[in-house]
Amino acid sequence: MNLSVVLTAVLGLAALAYHFGRRRAFAVVSGRVRDLHSLPSYYGMHTALWCGVPALIVMSLWLAFEPSIMTNLVVERLPEAMRHVPESQLNLVINDIRNAVNGTMTGNDPAIREAADYYLQLRTVSHAAMAVVLFALCAAGGSWAWKRIAPDFRARNRVEKSMSVLLILCSMVAVFTTIGIVLSVLFESLRFFQQIPLTDFLFGLEWSPQTAMRADQVGASGAFGMIPLLTGTLLVSGIAMLVAVPLGLMSALYLSEYAPSRVRTFGKPLLEVLAGIPTVVYGFFAAITVAPFLRDLGASVGLQVASESALAAGAVMGIMIIPFVSSLSDDVINAVPQAMRDGSYALGATKSETIKNVVLPAALPGIVGSVLLAISRAIGETMIVVMAAGLSAKLTANPLEAVTTVTVQIVTLLVGDQEFDSPKTLAAFALGLVLFLITLVLNIIALHVVRKYREQYE
Amino acid sequence: MNQPNTLTRIEDPAMAEIQPQQAQPTFSATEPAPEGHRTVGKITVDNPKMSARDVNVYYGEKHAIKHVELDIGTNEVIALIGPSGCGKSTFLRTLNRMNDTIDICRVTGNISLDGQDIYDRRLDVVQLRARVGMVFQKPNPFPKSIFDNVAYGPKIHGMTSSRAELEDLVRWSLEKAGLWHEVKDRLEQPGTGLSGGQQQRLCIARAIAVSPEVILMDEPCSALDPIATAKIEELIDELRENYSIVIVTHSMQQAARVSQRTAYFHLGDLIEVGETEQIFTNPEHKLTEGYITGRFG
Repeated sequence: MNLSVVLTAVLGLAALAYHFGRRRAFAVVSGRVRDLHSLPSYYGMHTALWCGVPALIVMSLWLAFEPSIMTNLVVERLPEAMRHVPESQLNLVINDIRNAVNGTMTGNDPAIREAADYYLQLRTVSHAAMAVVLFALCAAGGSWAWKRIAPDFRARNRVEKSMSVLLILCSMVAVFTTIGIVLSVLFESLRFFQQIPLTDFLFGLEWSPQTAMRADQVGASGAFGMIPLLTGTLLVSGIAMLVAVPLGLMSALYLSEYAPSRVRTFGKPLLEVLAGIPTVVYGFFAAITVAPFLRDLGASVGLQVASESALAAGAVMGIMIIPFVSSLSDDVINAVPQAMRDGSYALGATKSETIKNVVLPAALPGIVGSVLLAISRAIGETMIVVMAAGLSAKLTANPLEAVTTVTVQIVTLLVGDQEFDSPKTLAAFALGLVLFLITLVLNIIALHVVRKYREQYE
Repeated sequence: MNQPNTLTRIEDPAMAEIQPQQAQPTFSATEPAPEGHRTVGKITVDNPKMSARDVNVYYGEKHAIKHVELDIGTNEVIALIGPSGCGKSTFLRTLNRMNDTIDICRVTGNISLDGQDIYDRRLDVVQLRARVGMVFQKPNPFPKSIFDNVAYGPKIHGMTSSRAELEDLVRWSLEKAGLWHEVKDRLEQPGTGLSGGQQQRLCIARAIAVSPEVILMDEPCSALDPIATAKIEELIDELRENYSIVIVTHSMQQAARVSQRTAYFHLGDLIEVGETEQIFTNPEHKLTEGYITGRFG
């Protein structure tokens, strides 16, 4: 039986269970809903949950274990000669069988052909068995719940409980994905540090990830010092923040405190459009418009500006981040109660004194939070720097030179054909780990700062 | 559990009794006084601190205050009473131009402080508000330390030249507001950590720190418990020696306890003004009588 048909049937049974549960709820009190503990729809929902959920759980477990069990069965039936081979070769055989099953490869080997047929046969049986088991479960669960419907049965509490379980499961998905990503990055990084000493990576002043493939290769020293990348990242992010924080904060102040409501209604969404522009567009804007402009401007006053400069990338990145700072700051400034402003005005303070002395201090935790969020965003930003900051891992604080950032190097290390056990590729994971730790530390600092001001001000 | 609520109508025998009186078509609790109503009682005093003449306030199209004329005497407490939405708070806020912060609000007429028109273009609203302070319904201390809350006004007006002088002024204000002994050991703690009554006294200390001449109070006790209310009322009585105080209140007992004169507002009209004792014992106007005897409001 087709899987989607089975699934639809289970859901249909659950819908039926809902209907019958609701009807029985009406019936047990002969239509006087007031006598029921919960509304009839809760009884229907409870019956439907008991009908559908166990079946769905069994179905997912069945489908998860089915392939490996069936593969084992198929392998046992293979001819002796094919079974007693090294594991890697056996895997190849299994692969061939799978391909034959899916019809993507028509092997000539009769043994494989036969195994594939057996596999298909097993699958049909398995699916039929599954359908039977599922329908039985539906019927059993549904009728059990249906029988329990009574006026004082607390269906609402149970349904709400199961909804909260569902919500917990959904939030767990995000948490476990995060943990999974962190662990995978961590283990790959550990493999990298087995080949390159940690101290070389953390404190090395040279970054040149080309490892020699031949002994006589030139310019492939394989130096993995991340300091130049870190300084490049900090330089570009620093420039971005120098642009974004004053512009963002001041436009937030204007929009929330000074702007007439008419200006505000179209000004704020307009500013937020900046956040909707794809970063790749910002990237070529930086590379094609801003960087040459800066180079020509520098040349006209006798400054040597590289055609890919940290300044161009940072400035454009700053423009991109303005809406983050302004929108979040605007929200927290608006959240400062009007009573605070009135209190200040009533003492004879002017608007700017009120903003400086009352509104900004009260909004500070939120503003710090928004700035730190913007920094995390700047450090993790990739596309603009890939296109406009350059690739040369120079250890410099000069914003007019080309620099490279951690994110750019991760991109270049992983683009193209790679062997996944060379230090060059593994270095990307180590860099990713560093990036993750930096943003983690920033977030912890942000929380700490916010909490400190909370204690002081509220 | 799902018993339907039957709306019960509480019949007040007193209500039924006064029905014939209320049949007078010109004065009802829900309709404004007729056009051209003149305030009953004496609106002037011998030594006015502020005087309002023909004051009208509009919120957009809505005529919120109609031709109000009222003097505020020096060193007196005048209570503004009336049902909710009658315009007493709006009138209060015209006295230090707090209505300026509301875009759609328009004020006409003349309000003067010591004979000087406060809506004059040449007058600096910042200086006006330093002379006419305000305490709000809900205590609104700044999210700063107790000391900084009180020092805020003096600092922005450059009233003190040294830290010692500022400390003296803060102490003086807190003593004046009857809060010094409760907070002297914790001046550096946030003002928001105080109890509601203490916060309101802190706001009063904050207001008197800039040495205003008039203090406007907009229902200063409505968010407080009876003990804190009693303390604030005591304080208002003491402050009368040095300031003129205009207090908006919903509590008629409070008006009777703290004020010398009382003004009754009704839907934008100033119905009656007079000595507090006279207003509460022998009101001249039917609407005033109706309100203070609790028939509506």
